[in-house]
Amino acid sequence: MPLRNDIKKVLVIGSGPIIIGQAAEFDYAGTQACRALKQEGLEVVLVNSNPATIMTDKAMADKIYIEPLTLPVLRKIIEIEKPDSVLSTLGGQTGLTLSMQLAKEGFLDLHNVKLLGANPETIHKAEDRQAFKDTMEKIGEPCIPSKVVETLEDAVLFAEFITYPVIVRPAFTLGGTGGGIAKNEEELRDIATNGLRLSPITQVLIEKCISGWKEIEFEVIRDRKGNVITVCSMENFDPVGVHTGDSIVIAPAVTLTDREYQMLRTASLNIINELKVEGGCNCQFALHPKSYEYAVIEVNPRVSRSSALASKATGYPIAKVATRIAIGYTLDEIVNQVTGKTFACFEPSLDYVVVKFPKWAFDKFVYAKRNLGTQMKATGEIMAIGVNFEQAIMKAARSVELGIDSLNFPKLEKIETNSLLEKLPEADDERAFQIFELLKRGISTQKIHDLTMIDIWFLEKLNNLVKLEKWLSDGKLTQEKYDIAKKFGYLDDTIERIASQNLNDVETKTAVFKMVDTCAGEFKAETPYFYSTFDKENEAKEFIESKREKELLDLRRNSNALGIQKTQDDVIVKKTVIVFGSGPIRIGQGIEFDYCSVHCVWALKEAGYEAVICNNNPETVSTDFDTGDRLYFDPLTKEDVRAIIDTENPYGVVVQFGGQTAIKLTKHLVEMQKNGYTFKILGTSADSIDAAEDRERFDEVLEKCEIPRPNGFTIINETEALDAAAKLGFPVLMRPSYVLGGQNMIIAYTEADISEYIKVIIGNNASSEQNEKTLETKSQNPVLIDKYVIGTEVEVDAICDGTDFLIPGIMEHIERAGVHSGDSISVYPAQNLTTKVKETIIEYTRKLAMELKVIGLVNIQYVVDRFGNVFVIEVNPRSSRTVPYISKVTGVPMVDIATKIMLGATLKSQGYKSGLYPESEYIAVKVPVFSFEKLQDVDTMLGPEMKSTGECLGIAKNFPDALLKGLVGAGYDLEHRSINRKTGERNGVFISVRNEDKKEIIEIAEAFSTLGFDLYATSGTASILNKEMIATNSVYKISENKEPNTLTLLESGKIHYLISTSAKGRIPERDSVKMRRKAIERSICSLTSLDTARALAKVLKSRKTINDVEMVDITNI
Amino acid sequence: MFNFGRRAYLLLADSTIYDGYSFGAVGNAFGEVVFTTGLTGYQETLTDPSYYGQLVTQTFPLIGNYGVNYEDFESNRSAVGGYIVREWCNMPSNFRSKGNIDDFLKKQNIIGLHSIDTRSLTRKIREIGVMNGVITNQDPHVESVKQELLGKVFRFNIEQSVENTTCKEIEIYGSESRKYTVVLMDYGYKHNIRRELERRGCRVVVMPANTKIDEILSYKPNGIMLSNGPGNPEDNIEIIETLRAICKTNIPIFGICLGHQLMCLAHGGRTTKLKYGHRGANQPVIDLQSGKTYVTSQNHGYAVVGDSIGKDIGQVSHINANDNTCEGVRYHNCNAFTVQFHPEAHGGPLDTTFLFDEFIERLTKN
Repeated sequence: MPLRNDIKKVLVIGSGPIIIGQAAEFDYAGTQACRALKQEGLEVVLVNSNPATIMTDKAMADKIYIEPLTLPVLRKIIEIEKPDSVLSTLGGQTGLTLSMQLAKEGFLDLHNVKLLGANPETIHKAEDRQAFKDTMEKIGEPCIPSKVVETLEDAVLFAEFITYPVIVRPAFTLGGTGGGIAKNEEELRDIATNGLRLSPITQVLIEKCISGWKEIEFEVIRDRKGNVITVCSMENFDPVGVHTGDSIVIAPAVTLTDREYQMLRTASLNIINELKVEGGCNCQFALHPKSYEYAVIEVNPRVSRSSALASKATGYPIAKVATRIAIGYTLDEIVNQVTGKTFACFEPSLDYVVVKFPKWAFDKFVYAKRNLGTQMKATGEIMAIGVNFEQAIMKAARSVELGIDSLNFPKLEKIETNSLLEKLPEADDERAFQIFELLKRGISTQKIHDLTMIDIWFLEKLNNLVKLEKWLSDGKLTQEKYDIAKKFGYLDDTIERIASQNLNDVETKTAVFKMVDTCAGEFKAETPYFYSTFDKENEAKEFIESKREKELLDLRRNSNALGIQKTQDDVIVKKTVIVFGSGPIRIGQGIEFDYCSVHCVWALKEAGYEAVICNNNPETVSTDFDTGDRLYFDPLTKEDVRAIIDTENPYGVVVQFGGQTAIKLTKHLVEMQKNGYTFKILGTSADSIDAAEDRERFDEVLEKCEIPRPNGFTIINETEALDAAAKLGFPVLMRPSYVLGGQNMIIAYTEADISEYIKVIIGNNASSEQNEKTLETKSQNPVLIDKYVIGTEVEVDAICDGTDFLIPGIMEHIERAGVHSGDSISVYPAQNLTTKVKETIIEYTRKLAMELKVIGLVNIQYVVDRFGNVFVIEVNPRSSRTVPYISKVTGVPMVDIATKIMLGATLKSQGYKSGLYPESEYIAVKVPVFSFEKLQDVDTMLGPEMKSTGECLGIAKNFPDALLKGLVGAGYDLEHRSINRKTGERNGVFISVRNEDKKEIIEIAEAFSTLGFDLYATSGTASILNKEMIATNSVYKISENKEPNTLTLLESGKIHYLISTSAKGRIPERDSVKMRRKAIERSICSLTSLDTARALAKVLKSRKTINDVEMVDITNI
Repeated sequence: MFNFGRRAYLLLADSTIYDGYSFGAVGNAFGEVVFTTGLTGYQETLTDPSYYGQLVTQTFPLIGNYGVNYEDFESNRSAVGGYIVREWCNMPSNFRSKGNIDDFLKKQNIIGLHSIDTRSLTRKIREIGVMNGVITNQDPHVESVKQELLGKVFRFNIEQSVENTTCKEIEIYGSESRKYTVVLMDYGYKHNIRRELERRGCRVVVMPANTKIDEILSYKPNGIMLSNGPGNPEDNIEIIETLRAICKTNIPIFGICLGHQLMCLAHGGRTTKLKYGHRGANQPVIDLQSGKTYVTSQNHGYAVVGDSIGKDIGQVSHINANDNTCEGVRYHNCNAFTVQFHPEAHGGPLDTTFLFDEFIERLTKN
């Protein structure tokens, strides 16, 4: 029986803002789900607070609520929309948890809403520790043996039973203090004694230590008939101990014999059958490297990051299939879209290997602990496909945008072997490169295996690359050497560099493309999904040719019918346009660029073009093989892109929507055009892009347009920096010259700040761009130093066709300039700008767009000082972070309009007038979301360098309501009552601000005091407030060694809000940083900008909760 | 530095040449070129007697990753005619590994070819159908060499395959104290069929394929197991005769793969050669009775024509979800059921091992 006939209207819950551990993969899954539901003719109601997603697009659902993902909101929406079912398993942990809570509290039953995709019993069995253990025991699947003990003797007894080594985990100690790994009884007695003493309830968990075991995952799908298959197996490069999200992963598993593979596969099937999951499920196992012993680590009864990876790795659309199962279909009824012949009830077979490589944000978080463990830290990932592991890992290395094109990591070359060896057992983000460096220095694979427990198979493969590089650099570059280097995935430029010779004497090769077809070639497939390798047959070319032939045939048939004969030459076939994607999700370049890329593709298709996508991020909608007409899953580098262009022979290419990743390709594309390629770079010219990015040229543009910008200098060392700062006057803004968008940007208030910063930027904390520079020029990196203008930051996205320009909306930031635009709360339409300032901004935008000859999108950031002077901070002639949300709120489909302009249309021809678009009656507030809980030692204070991983939106007819929604959606625990509901004590606000802010804090403190909160502050701030007749309790600093100090106060549970600013930050040892970290640990609402605090106080003053505000269906805007 | 070995080639009957390198034994290997899509289980593939006379291509590009051990063999020697991979692993890693695949092939005298585009080859076979070919070190780009080799390629035919893979004498596993005695007709059986029976308390008497009915019955078997095996089922005229005789007894019969095909022929049905067969560990099979689909391990080039079995004789119990070919039959006129796929797995999924339980149930009932 296919579709259940009792389902007509489905509520889909999304996963909300992007945070570490829950990223774009759920936009991909949710989008597939919505499409599948709509294809079945069902009415779809969507709730997701994340405006940067495709799934919140008007085409995706019938009703769309960009509202906070909280229980009250969902209850309200269910009451308004009265869906008959809710789909719970496609919105990550957020969607699942909310659905379960609604089910458990009886709300769903009360409103006759069916829960699709999972039932509470399944979820309980999978998520509750004890229930899970019991369930596994029942079906004979081993878990990691563990036991809670309260005495030393019990600890020893249990350890003997499960055999050493064991992990000791004391109960209720923060960050696992007092725990450790015991290899024998003596060590256990030591550690457990200590652990029992430190645990406030004298309790420790003794657990079998399985670090070093292989980590294997299976993606499983089951339907209600009990049909069950595994879609993909995956093996982690890093053994158990490193979170799978932080591990390099290879698919399929490679070091398992059939016997081991089938053992774990069968275990996965048993588990999913026992849990009765109907849909997708992820099973993680630890497998002893030297026996058949294994343990189930974790089961996720929903689609996950791993299932997104498995989908892209195999071509099997797990989310789509899981959705169909949820609404009643069985696996044998769902056709495999890839082959069009076979059914979803089969297991994909691969004839290639896939390597997933995580992308971390440690280049932004220079003081964060980089070691990897059970807490995931990566913000995104890339996937690479190759016919061998070497090829795939080499593709991965250049896809992950660390500025490298091989596994050679420049900064490691300077580190001594012993230090590298010492680091190895503690995994960090650079481990793969450290291993490569050590292998280069002749350290044996066995030794590295002993230190890391990484399987020899992987190490030998890396060693093959080492051997190859040695061979390349030794003597003449022969054809044989070149061919093998290509087979192993080396770019021509890399070969030349390593061999220190040019390629004049060898016959160079261009990559061809193979199809990802789910069946290893067994059936003819029509999937337009390709990856590059070096063979003779080019399946992409075959695909294009056969498609063209079919089109021609159709055309001729039609022509004949009309009695018109046309020769082949007269027949025009569709023009092809390639859209370059944005690569891995990272801070500063997130899901919004995928949104833009996908919209560009849709607009191209609509305009009658063949749209081709090239991208390497497995989490995204853009890399779904049916988004474009063809998908190339490959790195975005000069040579990789050239091969695609050679195969596609496109009419044009688009770099405007893929963030900096795509923009960076421009110079290579221009070079290709000079070398005779005929494709067009659609949109703003490369020269204009350069004019906006090159500081000197940009200054010329501004001068010509008579637009002021903050004064500044370019410097290359500390002395020059100090000189410049003296001329400009503190504070100054510093950033590397080679990047826009806040990377490594700080505000320096003192000379000491300048010295610290210079060390960061030219010291060991190399960023990707620096690696790149080292590769390219080995030259010094200039640093830009500008006068920091204090004022309101304003942001504008505009569309320009060369004659007319359209500003869909002006956004104003709540935080003053200095906080990165991505980290600021952004309000549309701007609330506090005078008409004159608005007019100036519109005029400047027009001038800049015209002068830079923008064709398509441009993003401009301004700062308005308190006298109403408008300065330009930066211009990005490309799509931006704010495009999705402005498009949604204003109803102006910015990317579609821009794409059509790039193809030759005008704003006028599309029905738009020049200038500012009429303001919406709705106010939208975009609130940034951070992942600070996941990143130890990162200072939460906001500054010019972006720290947020995602965002959410609040939409309402007035500003306080919109802000309330935004803050609630972003996870702010808004409490306007002065009495704590749980403890009955008064709620407190703790204030600790830098001297510059002490005057301004008074008014904010007063607002909180009026609301009835108790105020606390360190002595300086307290005395100022008390002088102003605002009663404030004084608290000791940590350094004063007296109680209550700032930390004990934060731990006391009295504090609900922390307002903390400091002149200095970043370094974890500083008191202010410790305090802010403590607040994160204790989930205390932490405000690091006075502007945010003021806005929040305003919201609290309204004394409204989310229950008091109206829900907005954006399809009605 | 990267020694790929001697140059070697695959020459197909349609004159296509793939340039690669040798591994394993060296020489000319003629055979029928087939491909298998299993991701793991190359050892099981190499020792599966059903591959007799075939040049087996692995679609998964990395073969030999976990080396070779002595426990995962499905027969005592490799029967494949030749072995074709994209890349073999000279530094395998697994705790049971005793050596690499190259040495194994050398010991077994199996001629191997690597570093060719196996996907291209697979697509060719898929489009044209299985065809003969030769793995050779002689350069077929030289026209005279090519013509000479092609002559032999055309003449090659898989013959006497069961005769060449079955055991020479009766082998008995387990003592008479075991609950049941099952005669396993060895048409080139995979050892795990025997292991599955032994695991269920059976004493297994493995018999050469041409053993006559009297001798079979002299062991008083509680059940008869018809094994998998290579080649065209129609070649086995005598065996089919014997099967007819076995069917007249009421002894429960369970047939797998070739055993399934031979049963069909013994009942007057027909078999047909598939374009390129089913070989891999991901074949979906629908159990028509329950409606459930199972993922199965398969290795066959011929299939039973479902319609050729009379309704009074038996009924098709399973079909392949991809191409609807017959995957199992339950017979009405004798105590037999047969399947085309491999419930004993090795390699491949263990999802249908319950069929052995069903067989044991039949023994018990009898």
